[in-house]
Amino acid sequence: MSEKFLVGLDGSECCQRAVAAALHQAQASRGSVVLSYVIPWSPFTFSTAEENALRHKRREEELARAAEQLLIPEQRRFEAAGIDCEVVARHGHPAKTLVQLAREYEVNMIIVGVIGDTPLKSRFLGGTASTLIQISPCPVLVVP
Amino acid sequence: MAARAARPDLEDRMPTFFRSLLTLMALALSGTAAADQPLTSGLDERIEALIAPGTDWVEKVILFRVPLPGSDAQMAFVVLWLIIAAFIFTFYFRFINLRGLAHGFRLIRGDYNDPRAAGEVTHFQALATALSGTVGLGNIAGVAIAVSVGGPGAVVWMMLAGFLGMSSKFVECTLGVKYRSVNPDGSISGGPMWYLSRGLAERGPALATLGKVCAVVFAIFCVGGSFGGANMFQSNQSFQQIVGVTGGAESWFADKGWLFGLIMAFFVALVIIGGIRSIARVTSKIVPLMGMIYITSGLVVIGAHIDQVPAAFALMLSSAFGVSSVAGGMLGVLAIGFQRAAFSSEAGIGSAAIAHSAVQTNEPVSEGVVALYEPFVDTIIVCTITALVIIISGVYVDGNGMSGVELTSEAFESAISWFPYVLAVAVILFAYSTMLAWSYYGLKSWTYLFGESRSAEYTYKTLFLLFVVAGASMQLGAVIGFSDAMILAMAFPNLLGIYFLLPTVRRELDRYWAKVQAGTLPTWRENLRRQRS
Repeated sequence: MSEKFLVGLDGSECCQRAVAAALHQAQASRGSVVLSYVIPWSPFTFSTAEENALRHKRREEELARAAEQLLIPEQRRFEAAGIDCEVVARHGHPAKTLVQLAREYEVNMIIVGVIGDTPLKSRFLGGTASTLIQISPCPVLVVP
Repeated sequence: MAARAARPDLEDRMPTFFRSLLTLMALALSGTAAADQPLTSGLDERIEALIAPGTDWVEKVILFRVPLPGSDAQMAFVVLWLIIAAFIFTFYFRFINLRGLAHGFRLIRGDYNDPRAAGEVTHFQALATALSGTVGLGNIAGVAIAVSVGGPGAVVWMMLAGFLGMSSKFVECTLGVKYRSVNPDGSISGGPMWYLSRGLAERGPALATLGKVCAVVFAIFCVGGSFGGANMFQSNQSFQQIVGVTGGAESWFADKGWLFGLIMAFFVALVIIGGIRSIARVTSKIVPLMGMIYITSGLVVIGAHIDQVPAAFALMLSSAFGVSSVAGGMLGVLAIGFQRAAFSSEAGIGSAAIAHSAVQTNEPVSEGVVALYEPFVDTIIVCTITALVIIISGVYVDGNGMSGVELTSEAFESAISWFPYVLAVAVILFAYSTMLAWSYYGLKSWTYLFGESRSAEYTYKTLFLLFVVAGASMQLGAVIGFSDAMILAMAFPNLLGIYFLLPTVRRELDRYWAKVQAGTLPTWRENLRRQRS
């Protein structure tokens, strides 16, 4: 059975190295890849009535933008290398959503970069990666 | 990315923003230049003299009073109208306000969220947004008014009205979601304007006309309400609090209501005209925090005097059935309590349905059940805490003519000396967030009446800002009368239309409730599993 890898992207430089690692792993094992992007979101935040009214539209824009700007370009790289590659964008808690996706796509390994895409997130030193290690149902490859 | 997207928008709006601001300044200055009295006090009086006759008239027409049988008490007809509707809804939906609470809590907690809809507006978010529009001065100042005018017993009736009002909210918000509409720009609009016109149209041509009339009348009153209770009352009360903490009558601010109004209007303008959404976003996060601080402080004060709590409740209950100082005995007290509750929870008024209707759900009833928590938190929990603090402190007995937020402030001060400063900040933030929320409700109504256009929008927003200034410049009595009148009047068209839509809501509820009872309503976990397979 061929291996299946879930890659968590976040648009940072570090995640480029995660992509490179995934490319290498997939080629070595002749496996396939699921590229994912989790848009940080919580069901328990506070917003204004105007924001709520526009939320549905904004959500679709966010998903479309994630696909166009991040996921599709990376997908091309994998396909060019002859690797079967799916893409998915979701809203949610980054680590929890990656775990959900790992179960949903039945992957054998999750590959993420260690540092987030904003200075604030990097300060928490890869909060997503360390949470993921604790709750993941499969091995996690954290790329520095 | 959001900030980048907002910038061109902002540049686009800035000139108009400054223009409106200049108009405001010019208006204020023209008043001062003409004053031959000392500059400052003259302006406040001038603004009051200009507006008071109009507001008095509106108040008299809308709050016409009906004598209650068997006593010399009177009650505003609109309050009676609200309470009767809430009573009927409570029975018609077989005490949904009790049996829906447990399920509502699970909905808010997210037990039934759909993982596929992550990123959409959740039940929690819709409720939080609606609450930030209603929690505020109604609970802080309104309770104080009720206690100082109607005695401690008024609070009991306020709580009863809040409890019945939960059923009204249930109906409104269910309908708000059921008949919401998606605009060409992809945003979602909902609320009484839509359920009255669309809902009644489903029930035949005669009712279609009635629905349209109700929707238009509602929109007119909603615009009025957004100028009155949601605007003038708010700016008035926050000004009172500022004067209070800066030294009362000797305060430098004491006769400069217009100046405070201008400052407040400036900050409102930043958001509604300047389009600086980050301020609105920050406010929407700070306000719940202030709410928590307020509730916690209240509980601390009550906790410190826990031995007096039974006596306070006993006093409330005994005086609920009549005290000598209130005209009309029990019914007089009841009338006061009901009126303050209506203003505090806005149940039956229709405003909340506008905020609730953006929620993501396929089941309108689910949002109705969630909305039960709005009057519950707003009128039952927060009001009870405020009332207990006021009663335990005893400041209402010799209030020295204090009313409204001053009295609440005094009550808290007797236990926590520095609390008036915290309260001043809380009051201003509550007032500010209520203004922002209602400027949205009012704008939705305004564009329902005049169509979506930039000039219509800016006309509304400029008027809105003028009323902020006016509110801070006037006496409390005149402001309360007008704001009560305009907000409460929304209940006439809203509830009239709702009566015809009750069978629709009943059908929805029965269908939904059967699912809940049978356990066939998909939970978050089941949705997740289904998505995987």
